Amino acid sequence: MMDATQIALEQQVAEQHRHHSKAQFFWVWGALLVLTGIEVYLGYQNMEPVRMLTILMGLSLIKAGLIIAYFMHMKFEVSRMKWLTMSSLLVCLALMCIFFPDAFRILRLGAR
Amino acid sequence: MSEAAVHQGVTAGPYEPSLFGTYSKKIGMWLFLLSDSLTFGALLYAYSYGRISTPNWPTPFHSESIRNATLMTAFLLTSSLTMVLAVRASVFGDAKMQRWWLMATMLCGTGFIILHGREWSNLIAEGLTLPMFPSVPGHHAAAEFADVSKTVPQFPATFFGLTGMHMLHVTIGVIYLGIIGLRKKFIPVLLGLWLIAWLATPSYSPFHYGAHVLLVGAIVASVILWLKPKVYDSSDVEVAGLYWHFVDLVWMFIFPLVYIMSTKIV
Repeated sequence: MMDATQIALEQQVAEQHRHHSKAQFFWVWGALLVLTGIEVYLGYQNMEPVRMLTILMGLSLIKAGLIIAYFMHMKFEVSRMKWLTMSSLLVCLALMCIFFPDAFRILRLGAR
Repeated sequence: MSEAAVHQGVTAGPYEPSLFGTYSKKIGMWLFLLSDSLTFGALLYAYSYGRISTPNWPTPFHSESIRNATLMTAFLLTSSLTMVLAVRASVFGDAKMQRWWLMATMLCGTGFIILHGREWSNLIAEGLTLPMFPSVPGHHAAAEFADVSKTVPQFPATFFGLTGMHMLHVTIGVIYLGIIGLRKKFIPVLLGLWLIAWLATPSYSPFHYGAHVLLVGAIVASVILWLKPKVYDSSDVEVAGLYWHFVDLVWMFIFPLVYIMSTKIV
């Protein structure tokens, strides 16, 4: 049998969802499609790879932010939930960057 | 009493009040998604590592591939919209619309899988392959792919590894939504899809064996529905939605990194 606190929390979250308008979701969806269109357009511009990568990753981060905030409801969670989940994820992903200097080292060695 | 328990932080049952202000199922899904994002993070970093350290990294995606991938992205983005509309319908207690929106989401997800499968099949037929894939009879490798699998094996390995893992997640997501939306009625549908996918694909296609994921899904879904039969409520739909949006989110990084950055401009 489910704990009464859990049931109350589910009802509380459902009540929050009832206050979100449909229009908000359609705006986010439109913005995501437009950003995707910009990415595809950039793909056909003969840009320098590092510059293009920087712009594409910037756009992807904006898209990810929109999905997490609105579609995944994170914008409406309590700040403790926001900070703990997002900061731990970002720190873990940032730590993986430690491998990239090694990739450049291999490049400089001239390995084929 | 329950409302008071939540707002005043007093436990109504034998458990402590939620530290994160939401129910346990949702926190559990978030924790799973955080761990899963590290899996995808590792795969994306491996792809990027290979790309940086390999001077002659192939750029095999022509306009047709980019159009296909853009359409796939549109399918996923639209599926995320239909998913939030399903969650919205569920909190308003509109079971009929909830089911329709969930089915629309599954349809978009299935469209994504079909387009992705078609793209994989074309690339394999053109010669971009892995040693574990059987060779396609009667097809000769296209000039640009003739040496790629031999000279830059990191490309097919990371490409098929990353996109295959994502495709598996989308497939699991469609099954998950099917269980939430249709419950027991979904099992025969899933078994039918398995038979079609298995029998309609040629024996040299990786999807001939990959289709068995649907059979495994049907078995797991049957066990779940047999062990814990229940009517799934709005919280279950919301938690399933979190998973689905995550799959969409991951694609927002795969699409530019793997496809747009590997566009062949003629």
